[in-house]
Amino acid sequence: MSKVLVIAEHNGAALNPSTAKCVACAKQVEGAEIDVVVFAASASAVAAEAAQISGVGRVLTVEREENDPAIAALLAPQIAALASSYSHVFGPSTAFGKDVMPRVAALLGVNQISDIMSVEGPQRFKRPIYAGNAIVTVEAPADSVVVATVRTASYPAADGGNSATIENTNIDAELPTHTRFIEVQTGQSDRPDLQAAAKVVSGGRALGSEEKFALIYKLADKLGAAIGSSRAAVDAGYVPPETQVGQTGQIIAPDLYIAIGISGAIQHITGIKDAGTIVAINKDEEAPIFEVSDIGLVGDLFSIVPELTDALD
Amino acid sequence: MEKILVGLKRVVDYNVRVQVKSDGSGVETDGVKMSINPFDEIALEEALRIKERGEASEVIVLSIGTADSQQQLRTGLAMGADRAILVQTDESADPLTAARIFKAIIERENVDLVILGKQAIDDDNSQTGQMLAAVWGRPQATFASAVSFDGNTARVTREVDIGLETIEIDLPAVITVDLRLNEPRYVKLPDIMKAKKKPLDQIPFADLGVEAAPRTKEIKFEPPESRQRGIMVEDVAGLVTALKDKGLV
Repeated sequence: MSKVLVIAEHNGAALNPSTAKCVACAKQVEGAEIDVVVFAASASAVAAEAAQISGVGRVLTVEREENDPAIAALLAPQIAALASSYSHVFGPSTAFGKDVMPRVAALLGVNQISDIMSVEGPQRFKRPIYAGNAIVTVEAPADSVVVATVRTASYPAADGGNSATIENTNIDAELPTHTRFIEVQTGQSDRPDLQAAAKVVSGGRALGSEEKFALIYKLADKLGAAIGSSRAAVDAGYVPPETQVGQTGQIIAPDLYIAIGISGAIQHITGIKDAGTIVAINKDEEAPIFEVSDIGLVGDLFSIVPELTDALD
Repeated sequence: MEKILVGLKRVVDYNVRVQVKSDGSGVETDGVKMSINPFDEIALEEALRIKERGEASEVIVLSIGTADSQQQLRTGLAMGADRAILVQTDESADPLTAARIFKAIIERENVDLVILGKQAIDDDNSQTGQMLAAVWGRPQATFASAVSFDGNTARVTREVDIGLETIEIDLPAVITVDLRLNEPRYVKLPDIMKAKKKPLDQIPFADLGVEAAPRTKEIKFEPPESRQRGIMVEDVAGLVTALKDKGLV
C-alpha cells in the first residue's frame, strides 16, 4: 500500500500550480493515498486551495513562524520527520523543490529520483538525462522511502473540485539558525508566470539588444503570454535569468510556445518539448528549431514580429 | 577563511550530442570527448577569485572516479587550484555516496567552504550539494549568481523561479553555482606545465571508511520521443491562419 506525501509549494498566500502537478504524478502510483503538506506561518488559505485538488486525501498544515519564507535547511528536517509514515515523498522540480528535496533525501539516507516523467511501478520511474537526449528507467531500492522531484512539464495539473480534510500537525524538530532569508527581488512584471502560462513568447540572441526585446514584450502582451528566452539572450544581458528556458533554466509545457530568433540548441529544446504547439520564427531556414516546430516561418524577425503583433488585433 | 574545496566531475563534453546504445544498456561514451562539468568550472573560478581577493588561502579540487579523472583535476590545477584529490572508484558515485565522500574529505582537511556546480550535465540530478549540506549539518546556498563574504558569514544571491533571492549563511557551508556567477578563465600553456608539479593525492574509496548509499538501479536507456517536424508557412498571414486553425489565437 503506497502513501504519497506531496510537499506544497506556495508563496505564503497562494498555492503554486506545481503542487497539483505533483499530485497528478502521485496519482500514477497505483492505489496510493495522497496527502499534501503545507509548511507556513499561517497555512489556512494555501491549505484550502490544496484541499480542492482531486485525489488528495488529507492536507496537513505545519504552522511555524520559521516556515515563512521557506528555507530548505529549515524545511528539510520537518519533512524528514513526517516521512516515516509514507512510502513516497514528492516535491516539484522547481527551484523550490530542487533546493529542498535532496536535503530531505540525504537526511533519510536515500538518493533522490530527480525529474520523474512517468511512474512505471511503485519504485520504478522514467527520467531524462543528458539534457533530455536520453530517458532512463530507474528503480529505487525496495524497502526504503522514495524521495523524488516531479518534472512538472510532464504532468497537467490534477483537477479541482475536491474537499479533502485539513489537519493541523505539530512537528517536534529542532530548526537551525545558520541560514537567514534577506530578500527576494522579482521582475515586478504583470505578465503571466512562465511556469504556469498557457502561452509563452521567447526571444533569442538574434534580438541583438535589451531595447529590441521590446518587440517580444509587445507580442507577448497582445497574446497574454509570459516571456521566455534562450541562454544566449540571458548571457548577453537582454533579459533577466528567470526567463531562461532549457536544461539549466526552466522546463515548461505551455499550449503555445513562440520561439523568435532562437536557433534551437538541444539544451533549449529540452525545456520546451512538452509544449502543445511550437512556432519558430528564424532567418536561418537550417536552424534546428524548425525540426521540432509545428509551424515555422523563415524571415527577418524585425519585420515579422511587429507585423504579427498588428495582425493579432 | 582557510580552505575552499571544489568538486570537479568528469562528464561528456557539453557540445557532444549523446546517443543511446542500441541495446538500451547505456549511452555511448567510447571515444567521446570528456570535460570538466561546466558548472564545476564556474565553481572553481569563484573559489580562485575568492582566494585572489585574499579571502581564502587554499583551493583544493576533488574528483571521484577512475584514474581518467586525473585529466580534469590537472585542468583544475592549471586553472589555479593549489592541489588535487582523486577518490578512486570503479564506477561513478551516486549523489548521496558522493556527498558522504565529500564530508569525509572535509573532515580530513578542515574545509571552511565547499563550492560545487548546481548540477552535472550528464545525470542532471542536481542533488550532491544539497545532500552534502544535509549530511554535514551545515547551510546550503544553491543556484548562486552572486557571492560575498563578511567575516564568518556569506551573502548569496540565488536564481529562483520568480527572480533573485538573497540569503545569509554562516560558514562552514556549501554553495552550488549557477551559470551567471562568473566566466571561467582560460588555461594558458605555462600553467599547464606548472600544474604537472602540483600535488595530486589519490585515495582509494575503501580507505575513506564511507558507507555507499543504497543505489538506484538503472534498468533501461532509450532515446526520447521526438517531435514531428510540422508545416512551414510563407508569411505572417499564413502564420495567423495556422494559429487560428489550432484555436490558439
